[in-house]
Amino acid sequence: MTQAAIETSSVVVEREMPFPPEKIWRALTQPHLIEEWLMKNDFKPVLDHRFNLRGDWGAVDCQVLAIEPNRTLSYTWAAMGLESVVTWTLTATSTGTHLRMEQSGFRPDQKQAYQGARYGWQQFFAKLEQVVAR
Amino acid sequence: MPNAQDVLFRTLADPTRRALFERLCREGEQTVAALTARAGVSQPAVSKHLGLLKQAGLVRDRHEGRQTHYSAQLGALAPLVDWTSQMAAFWEGRLDHLEDLLKRMDQ
Repeated sequence: MTQAAIETSSVVVEREMPFPPEKIWRALTQPHLIEEWLMKNDFKPVLDHRFNLRGDWGAVDCQVLAIEPNRTLSYTWAAMGLESVVTWTLTATSTGTHLRMEQSGFRPDQKQAYQGARYGWQQFFAKLEQVVAR
Repeated sequence: MPNAQDVLFRTLADPTRRALFERLCREGEQTVAALTARAGVSQPAVSKHLGLLKQAGLVRDRHEGRQTHYSAQLGALAPLVDWTSQMAAFWEGRLDHLEDLLKRMDQ
């Protein structure tokens, strides 16, 4: 069990939405809809499918880990030295859906902070210099 | 009171200072003389930059005889890479977009 002792932390965002799970599911799994609220992508609702999310600041490498239509969707999320897992859970309620997003697996160790800083810096500071130069 | 990120950004916004810090990150502890030899600015200027890096917590100094050795403190960068708070803000914003989209969608 020592392997599992690595300290991790996670981000949880939850919302009550006045829409049925089926409708939210479409927005979470259809590429042209994903693009409208998240990023450009080549997502497919297929187990083990590898895809990218592409923002103007870079790309996120992902792979589908779990998929159960209208209930749960889980994929890996790797960007800027950050390795984590994003899991969406949809629960039908009397008024719509309880939507839960959990991103887990952050390891707050120095190696990761250094990697993140290394990858993030050039962009951080290129932008900062533009702002300062105005 | 300036927050930790402001101080780090302001300190690292200067290209000479940033180059000094990056060298210490890459190459480990160095003396002021060694840093000056490749910095392209005078030793007093290098010392002044190192003083500001030290104030920001980005470097630590160690005196040995007449030499001062500087080393990078990577832990000082933590406020810039606080992933959990950055990602929480990211997802809150994206879920706002998702709700807007759901309102526009049919059915």
